[in-house]
Amino acid sequence: MTADPKGVLTGAHYLDGDHAAAEGALAAGCRFLAGYPITPSTEVAERFAARIPKVGGCFIQMEDELGSMAAILGAAWAGAKSMTVTSGPGFSLMMENLGLGIMMEVPTVLINVQRGGPSTGLPTLPGQADIMQARWGSHGDYEIIAVAPSSPQEAFDYMIMAFNFSEKYRVPTLVMMDECVGHMTEKIVIPEPEEIEIVPRKYYDGPKEDYLPYNVDTDMIPWMVKAGDGYRFHTTGLTHDERGYPVMNAECQDKLVNRLLDKIRSRVDEIVVLEEDQIEGADTVVISYGISSRVAIPAIEQARADGMKVGSLRMVTVWPFPENRIRDLAQKIGKFVVVELNCGQMYYEVERAAAGNAETLLVPHAGGWVHDSEDIYQAIKGGER
Amino acid sequence: MTKEATLEPELSHPMDDLLRMDRIPHIWCPTCGLGTVVTAFASAIEKLQLGLDDITVVSGIGCTGRVAGYVKIDSFHTTHGRAIPFATGLHLANPKLKTVVISGDGDLISIGGNHFIHAARRNVDLTVICVNNFIYAMTGGQVAPTTPLTANASTMPYGNFEQPFSIPYLADSCGAVYVARWSALHVRRLVTAIAEAIAKPGFSVVEVISPCSTLYSRRNRLGSGLDLMRFYHDNCEIKHGADTRELAIGFQEKITVGKFIDRDRPTFVESMNNWYGKVFGDEYEPYEGSVK
Amino acid sequence: MPQDLPAGPKSTTAKYWRKPLDADTVKVPHGEIHIVVNRCKGCLFCVEYCPREVLEISEDFNVKGYHFPEVSKDDACVNCGLCEMLCPEFAIFCVLDEEEGGGEG
Repeated sequence: MTADPKGVLTGAHYLDGDHAAAEGALAAGCRFLAGYPITPSTEVAERFAARIPKVGGCFIQMEDELGSMAAILGAAWAGAKSMTVTSGPGFSLMMENLGLGIMMEVPTVLINVQRGGPSTGLPTLPGQADIMQARWGSHGDYEIIAVAPSSPQEAFDYMIMAFNFSEKYRVPTLVMMDECVGHMTEKIVIPEPEEIEIVPRKYYDGPKEDYLPYNVDTDMIPWMVKAGDGYRFHTTGLTHDERGYPVMNAECQDKLVNRLLDKIRSRVDEIVVLEEDQIEGADTVVISYGISSRVAIPAIEQARADGMKVGSLRMVTVWPFPENRIRDLAQKIGKFVVVELNCGQMYYEVERAAAGNAETLLVPHAGGWVHDSEDIYQAIKGGER
Repeated sequence: MTKEATLEPELSHPMDDLLRMDRIPHIWCPTCGLGTVVTAFASAIEKLQLGLDDITVVSGIGCTGRVAGYVKIDSFHTTHGRAIPFATGLHLANPKLKTVVISGDGDLISIGGNHFIHAARRNVDLTVICVNNFIYAMTGGQVAPTTPLTANASTMPYGNFEQPFSIPYLADSCGAVYVARWSALHVRRLVTAIAEAIAKPGFSVVEVISPCSTLYSRRNRLGSGLDLMRFYHDNCEIKHGADTRELAIGFQEKITVGKFIDRDRPTFVESMNNWYGKVFGDEYEPYEGSVK
Repeated sequence: MPQDLPAGPKSTTAKYWRKPLDADTVKVPHGEIHIVVNRCKGCLFCVEYCPREVLEISEDFNVKGYHFPEVSKDDACVNCGLCEMLCPEFAIFCVLDEEEGGGEG
């Protein structure tokens, strides 16, 4: 299926990452956004609010982020493609209903334009310190999908990717931008609608009396129906069986939680998108995502000019973690250099997967600005900063 | 006594078609009023001759939060306090559906209080049935934002000293277009009120005073739920159109019930369509939902 | 919908001062009460609020161990349905008895 032309602004534009993300959502078919203003993410909602009356859809500025996240789940159950957008403090509030979305298996998209934290931190300056919150922020065991754009063009492209992931795997999908990408203005090219691949929702079309909202086939992904379609279904945030009815025991919990995990874990290789450059024969591999991957480029180029064998691994999807690839690489290389705008988050995942087979170095930054390329260069060169 | 005998109803009750019979018996205590509220809700649907596929129920968390799990219509059991925003999204994505929120006083007025006041302000076309038992029952009898002054609760072990909310006053002042209060005993009036609230475009609120025997009544030595029903019988005063400022409920004092507010105001979707129609003229296609 | 006004002085439950002119043409309906005994949790709402005092508490227990209601005055039920509406357990309901239209008002 390809994109509905109504939402696609085909052509070349000069947009910041936030506006580009809003266009990406519209191109993906999103017609419902519930959000609450927060710097540096608000421009996504502003663009959506300005565009939606002409495209046909609904924008609502909710009373808070708790309500925004709840509203997009409700909208998805009524059949809409829905999204919300926020930054750190709001992301914390959304964790509650992100969990409900995971439990009810709701296809929806949440953008976090990351700023410096903890708490209100640095509203107008970048950070990447919510990356572990994206993975573990809501309570309980779950798996999630998250992507990290590093430019306005990617903000557009990855929004479509995020919507497609959410529909395909019936899981809320996170777009982990950062303030730099959100507020960086660059040329973006929006393709023709027929060039935009859209994954349709997995709707049930069997006999009504046989429908069970959480019945699955071997793919572990249940079929969805819309409220009002006559299936008279029930769904809950409580541990539930195939009927969507609460069942309070360890057996049901085991079955449900493991399916929620396995529907993602068994497909890590299918989901993970990495951009690798000159990995073959490298001694050192620089791992980065979002804005940090762009800041790393001059350092990598300088090191290569100095004759070092440096590969680059840029994470397009940040979750699920590319465990197998990192394990495999650790056998072949000497050192990973992890560049991220925090004081060590993805670094620990890399170190864990490397399992002592390769050295893992962090180039930390508490946020507020991007790395100095020199720091990254020094880490590649000597292991000292 | 056999297990079959416990589970197998001997007869088919007229409500059975509206209930998820595979989940009955429900979890509510003997002499709890929630089952009565469910019957009143179902009777209201019947009264309106609404198709069961044209209506959806959203609940939050708590004893009343379990209503969504027992009615055999599309129903959502969400997180604590978030029934109204969840329902807002559901309604806005498909405004043709009648979306009803059934939840408790703690869920809607405490943790969900912010959503309640803003949905009322925006006049989102929702019907809210707020079952008020004056206490957090499922978690064991903690003080609620509706607990009358001096009433005992597990977290007010010496009696409540906090001023409670009056739900009709709150709803009225935030702009709800329909506000009524009945007790679980006034079941016929309650059916009429729920039916009127569902039929009314905009944010409508029906507060139902309902007995909680296990927590509220026991902690306050008020007898069983039947004793509370007797109390409602003797102490509820019907006063339609009463000034909502005068509807506060004191501990074991007179309870004013009735239909207090019934006014017209454009809903969120109507306001949006009217305004955009003015701004964009014929270019604007009135919004009727994001669902194809 | 019409405003549901409180009963005025002329419509109270006071006894008729004269027999209504249509008394012999109006049939008082008769209801047949059905009780799903094992659903009952013994709240007694139905027994307490039956306006015709048709029901009483059984001496027997149901499978859950509750005393359930029993019909004591079968003829007296006017099919008002209040027991059915009040029952929190969906355990009692009335069906209009078409055969026995009931006596004269």
